[in-house]
Amino acid sequence: MNKFIVSPSPHAYSEESVPRLMYGVIISLLPVLGVSVFYFGIGMIIVTTVSILSCILFEYLIQKYVMKVKPTHLDGSALLTGLLLAFCLPANIPFWIVMIGALAAVGIGKMTFGGLGNNIFNPALVGRVFLFISFPVAMTAWPEPGQWMQYTDALTGATPLGLMKEGLATKTVSEIMPDVPIFLNLFMGKMMGSAGEVSALALLIGMIYMMYRKIISWHIPLTILGTVFIFTGILWLVNPDRFADPLFHLLTGGLMLGAIYMATDYVTSPMTGKGMVIYGVGIGIVTVLIRIFGAYPEGVQFAILIFNGFTPLINKYVKPKRFGKEVANG
Amino acid sequence: MSQIILFTIVTLVAIGAAAAIILYFVAQKFKVFEDPRIDEVEEALPAANCGGCGFPGCRNFAETLVKSDSWDDLFCPVGGNETMAKAAAILGKEAIEQAPRVAVIRCNGTPEFRPRYNVYDGAPTCAIAHSLSTGEGGCPHGCLGLADCVVVCNFDAIHMDPVTDLPVVIDDKCTACGACVEACPRDIIELRKKNKKDRKIFVSCINEEKGGVAKKNCSVACIGCSKCFQVCPHEAITMENNLAFIDSDKCKLCRKCVIVCPTNAIHELHFPPRKTDKTEPAEAETK
Amino acid sequence: MSLKTFSRGGVHPPEHKLSAGNAIEVLAPPEIVVIPISQHLGAPSKVIVARGDQVKVGQLIARSEGFVSTNIHSSVSGKVLKVDRFMDSSGYRKMAVQIQVEGDQWVETIDRSDDLVRNTVLTSEDIRKKILDAGIVGLGGATFPSHVKLMVPGGKRAEYLLVNGVECEPYLTSDHALMMERSEELLSGIQILMKGLGVEKAILGIENNKPDAIDKMKKVVEGSAVRVQGLKVKYPQGGEKQLVQALLKREVPSGGLPIDVGVVVFNVGTAYAAYEAVMKNRPLIDRIVSVTGKSMEKPSNFQVRIGTPISLLVEKAGGLPDNTSKVINGGPMMGKALSTLDAPVVKGSSGILLIGDEEARRKEVKPCIRCTKCVNVCPMGLEPYLLMTLSEKGLFERMESEKVMDCIECGSCSYTCPSSRPLLDYIRLGKAEVGKIMRARRAV
Repeated sequence: MNKFIVSPSPHAYSEESVPRLMYGVIISLLPVLGVSVFYFGIGMIIVTTVSILSCILFEYLIQKYVMKVKPTHLDGSALLTGLLLAFCLPANIPFWIVMIGALAAVGIGKMTFGGLGNNIFNPALVGRVFLFISFPVAMTAWPEPGQWMQYTDALTGATPLGLMKEGLATKTVSEIMPDVPIFLNLFMGKMMGSAGEVSALALLIGMIYMMYRKIISWHIPLTILGTVFIFTGILWLVNPDRFADPLFHLLTGGLMLGAIYMATDYVTSPMTGKGMVIYGVGIGIVTVLIRIFGAYPEGVQFAILIFNGFTPLINKYVKPKRFGKEVANG
Repeated sequence: MSQIILFTIVTLVAIGAAAAIILYFVAQKFKVFEDPRIDEVEEALPAANCGGCGFPGCRNFAETLVKSDSWDDLFCPVGGNETMAKAAAILGKEAIEQAPRVAVIRCNGTPEFRPRYNVYDGAPTCAIAHSLSTGEGGCPHGCLGLADCVVVCNFDAIHMDPVTDLPVVIDDKCTACGACVEACPRDIIELRKKNKKDRKIFVSCINEEKGGVAKKNCSVACIGCSKCFQVCPHEAITMENNLAFIDSDKCKLCRKCVIVCPTNAIHELHFPPRKTDKTEPAEAETK
Repeated sequence: MSLKTFSRGGVHPPEHKLSAGNAIEVLAPPEIVVIPISQHLGAPSKVIVARGDQVKVGQLIARSEGFVSTNIHSSVSGKVLKVDRFMDSSGYRKMAVQIQVEGDQWVETIDRSDDLVRNTVLTSEDIRKKILDAGIVGLGGATFPSHVKLMVPGGKRAEYLLVNGVECEPYLTSDHALMMERSEELLSGIQILMKGLGVEKAILGIENNKPDAIDKMKKVVEGSAVRVQGLKVKYPQGGEKQLVQALLKREVPSGGLPIDVGVVVFNVGTAYAAYEAVMKNRPLIDRIVSVTGKSMEKPSNFQVRIGTPISLLVEKAGGLPDNTSKVINGGPMMGKALSTLDAPVVKGSSGILLIGDEEARRKEVKPCIRCTKCVNVCPMGLEPYLLMTLSEKGLFERMESEKVMDCIECGSCSYTCPSSRPLLDYIRLGKAEVGKIMRARRAV
């Protein structure tokens, strides 16, 4: 006689799985990958490969020998961290720096908290900020697009945001703008910047694909972008000489990459729609504050990490709308 | 340069001193008077904070000991009589001696004796499996083997035996705190009197089904035949709901009941081998 | 007609309505039946027969004990063999009456003809009494004694009767078959319930994957006070709170019942049973059960006597497929997995589903990745990921404040989780513990 399997209901399971979600995000990043290789050539390929392989390797080594648990390095999350980390870095960065960044991202940003699902801060951003603070020169020398065969010897310059920040010390916006690439180039990605942040078009294609696959919802990306647009718009309307226009802010820097891929990381973002909106508005405001009034030209990486820290608090107080009112006599 | 350093040092020392003085006076002003004996008693307690005494933590138990007049229901199972005597000495009270106890697993439903006829695929905890069905075997009182008792033990005194699928208690480490007793949804674990050399005689079954049904589910079940009850010279055995129960306080370890049990449901542990040819019941040995 | 739906959460499991369209096959009584004395919510009934007694079909064998309880009748004629514990679908042995079947003699007052009897002159009180006497309980699966539901508590008013023809569980088609083949009787049953409840308005909700049933019932109800409303296909539309919200846009309050918003909900099976009880003096002694599964030779809708062993149903549906690994009493989302086929069919058995090796096992459990899918699909607005963690850690008081008692155990969360976490297992454990805490608090 057959031995029946007995388990509690439900006895049907959907097709969802962690690898499907992770690989879905990776597929949505293919346009971005394509564009960045197109603009930054072999440097980009080396940085991306080293980053992905290091992240997977470190996750495997730490899980097997330090944490002594079953390694899950092939579930797609380490690959995704590696890919996103590579997208935050300049394409001419030496490979050993990339490996240090991968170790910081996976080791500090993810494994110290207990592995997948337990981290508070976005691992790719932890890696990036770690490198930013440890190697400030290497992390702010951005190669010019079009140098396909150059790696560490690529010609570098400042990003449009960097130009704007420095320029505003002495000039007005309208005087700086001629040095900034035209808007079409900003949209398509033909500018100095990290591999993943340059092409707004590729990022938006990725976002639409992820929304179609129901991997992310509109709440976080649209709230962040909307808040930045409105906040910088108000400032620009008040003083167009001191403050760049909102479209400039949307298309430059890591804002799009951050809003669509970093802030939407499942583990570190809030669990309810309302919570996600609060989170998104907060990130937008802090990003603009750092960009305009802070010491750094780009603020989105710090803003996201700050609000990752707020996520547990948001989850504690923002609850989904319950079905049915409370009955008075309980 | 050195002027700045000097100025910094002096300022910081001054602030530190001022803070220390303020804190001292505030601590004195808002000091909560606590009977200093509570600290002393707490020192004497084993600091396991296991809840075995029934109170939330050793400190709370220490407070209760100091404040209560009667110590009738107060006992620390982890520290035992030694600790209670120490506490009694500090407070000048009478400590009641209690016979030390140990946790005993009262089920012997191994895969050999209790055939498994279905496979459990739910969350791996006894609490959930218990609400779902009788378990992988047919006995509704049998051990589910999902180790809720192991997880809850603070003293590393209980482990699952992978061959028998039953938990095994390590007598030396067991403090009879009662955590495993509470964790078991089927009440299979009992705190019984600890005898010298860890000797035990107990009915390794708690099923209340009628004999025929019990035997069909498990070949070493207690079938309620009363043979042990009839042979016990010390009136230590009672029969209730088709189940024999040996009171460990009354049992004198004479072993007469073990021989007469037709299903080998009564176990004797850590005794010297007999000269009769009755084979020792096969059970999980305590290590 | 525009389709309505409930506003929060929900999932779309594949429907697999394999037995849809198959005519109801009335099964002859088996050789031995086992009739449990607790087939309903509330107090188990008190057995009034003993070993050796001769019984007829429809004879009372166990009497209602207490307010929330009901009668149980013999579904066969023959001799009582034993009143003892027998394995049932709860996974445990429970008290039941075992009867050796001899012939098929019915109690004389039962009208066994196929004639449609309409228009009762009975009062609401009489109707409720007949429903209690006939042992009618909610046949949607909850098995709540129906006569109790017909009694509106003081201070509350019933405005609508909602009839649940949704059958949102995949695979099950017993309600569908009932609506197609017994539509006139169903209408009469609904009208009887309306009278018993004292309401003038009734809505029959049917999911849109049964367009033939919607059309049929729409024709049948024309001219009556009953309205048919189509509903979008979404699980768990059949949950009573979701049904009330979809049909009337009223939300049953947390901890409350549909009567708190002026509504009482009955399953179509219950309405049909009410017709038989009141018009034909026929107590609840059989029901329609879908026997189905991807490997079944003949997925069927059987009309089965209560107490028939499930093994017989499987045999009549073509036999047990070789690769069967799981047998479920009910549907795949909320049904109960059986450890043996010897369990009997009871009043709440809406279907028997056989699942093969490939689909029977759960996947490996991974850590929670906080993807929010469980929160999005929960129809009651709860946070299953949080409830599971709290349950694992034993933080049951906090579970109460996180409204775990609102959970309808629909299984949407466990169904959706990408990490295959056993969310509902732990939530159910939490509900049991919180229930204990609440009862202890009330006892103080």
